[in-house]
Amino acid sequence: MTDLTALTIAEARDRLIAKDVSASELTEAYIKAIDAANETLNTYVAVTPEKARDMAKASDARIAKGEAGALEGIPLGIKDLFATEGVHTQACSHILDKFKPRYESTVTANLWADGAVMLGKLNMDEFAMGSSNETSYYGPVKNPWRRKGSNMDLVPGGSSGGSAAAVAAHLCAGATATDTGGSIRQPAALTGTVGIKPTYGRCSRWGTVAFASSLDQAGPIARDVRDAAIMLKSMASVDPKDTTSVDRTVPDYEASVGRSVKGLRIGVPREYRVDGMPEEIEALWQQGIAWLKDAGAEIVDVSLPHTRYALPAYYIVAPAEASSNLARYDGVRYGLRMPGRDVIDMYEQTRATGFGREVKRRIMIGTYVLSAGYYDAYYLRAQKVRTLIKRDFENVYADGIDALLTPATPSAAFGIADEDMASDPVKMYLNDIFTVTVNMAGLPGIAVPAGLSAEGTPLGLQLIGRPFDEETLFATASVIEKAAGRYTPAKWW
Amino acid sequence: MSVDTNTVRRVARLARIAVSDAEVEAMQGELNAILGFVEQLSEVDVDGVEPMTSVTPMEMKKRRDIVNDGGKADDIVANAPVQDEHFFVVPKVVE
Repeated sequence: MTDLTALTIAEARDRLIAKDVSASELTEAYIKAIDAANETLNTYVAVTPEKARDMAKASDARIAKGEAGALEGIPLGIKDLFATEGVHTQACSHILDKFKPRYESTVTANLWADGAVMLGKLNMDEFAMGSSNETSYYGPVKNPWRRKGSNMDLVPGGSSGGSAAAVAAHLCAGATATDTGGSIRQPAALTGTVGIKPTYGRCSRWGTVAFASSLDQAGPIARDVRDAAIMLKSMASVDPKDTTSVDRTVPDYEASVGRSVKGLRIGVPREYRVDGMPEEIEALWQQGIAWLKDAGAEIVDVSLPHTRYALPAYYIVAPAEASSNLARYDGVRYGLRMPGRDVIDMYEQTRATGFGREVKRRIMIGTYVLSAGYYDAYYLRAQKVRTLIKRDFENVYADGIDALLTPATPSAAFGIADEDMASDPVKMYLNDIFTVTVNMAGLPGIAVPAGLSAEGTPLGLQLIGRPFDEETLFATASVIEKAAGRYTPAKWW
Repeated sequence: MSVDTNTVRRVARLARIAVSDAEVEAMQGELNAILGFVEQLSEVDVDGVEPMTSVTPMEMKKRRDIVNDGGKADDIVANAPVQDEHFFVVPKVVE
């Protein structure tokens, strides 16, 4: 018998509908795989086998009645940032100890309404703050990929490191993730998976633990472009409970997979050729350009002059919003409480114990840039720079560019506890140099595997689209996927 | 701009995070590294540029100001570290 966990969502869907395999069998195969792998890879922080079995059984009943939903019987992993009723939801932070929400996030509710099965909650950087999954209270996730001839443990990227690693290691058919500065696309690129951050407003933020509300967007990480399209269709919706949810019908994204890119104008922004960029990243980018040319797209050299200011502006805007959003963790209404001499001391001790180092650092930066006397110099200026960054994209799109092609990350996966990264927070932040512009402008971006590094680990390319034109991204990414092939790590765990 | 240890303590107080002397030292270095990094924004000409308030052009959704939910006291206190008869319990704040 073939390994059921090797099936993509599209393949599993066909076999479930054909009654060639049952949702219960598929779910059992994943539970078994998680049991065998999780201690090593640390992808799940909570596994929910009983819930998964119940949901799979209900799926089998619906399939028998001919009432299958779009994701009927598909076992998924859920990032720990999404509220799941009665189930561990802690944003992988100590401060949310024992928190079990009494409600369901809109994104996960949409998935369950379409018949998907929940396998459990996935590891992530604490409050989605990190690019390596090392800030999680539950410890780092190991990338299922290793360098050729090496046993060194590599990071899967972050913050959706658990999501990306679980998808790459076949510990779920697909996973939910979120992206504030690159947290879907960077881990997808580092694990050979496909991740899309849709346009701001496409997926509801209701019930998703907030990090930086003007930047946060949910999206899927999947094994291929088609699966990502199938998942996004279910995750996206118009939600009256989120005031920034956009009132637009969700298109059938899967229909755009494989669509011709002939005549599309693809921009290549020259500012993304950064100093010290490894040669293999440049070569990968050139290869992507060649593939799209071969498919009939026109390649256009374009300029996005404010690119280099996106990351510094992000490190004002995101911490500012985070410091405000995370003010709610006070030891009173939920989560951890530490004793104190009085109420203020209780708050201070709770937050000192409950937040990890990176989260504290960002709350401190955010508090500082919003404090009296500094607001104009930092926050207001950063928001003006953000307007300029967005304008750069608008100008390029107004000139008839359909999408932009860039590298997804400045390097392949690095080692867990890398000394270089640990010594300077800014070095870690530079991981998001190609992805963060997209969040600042609210645009959709997809990371798609495009090759392997000299060391045999995955590298990805990024496509950036016009607002709400995820379909062009799926069409274009599928051209790259078809040319590059798919990448699966050799099992060692 | 860079921060001194007094500013670090003041910001930690504003953020309601207890910090030890050793942490103040470490945080000062890290915050100054980040502030040094964001300093490059001062070279951008932002004269006459509107600050971004909404990343997608959209009108804020509104609804009628009427009660549309409620009766969930059990749910609301369910995750509280200390609660008593639907009240959140905190250390004494009034002497």
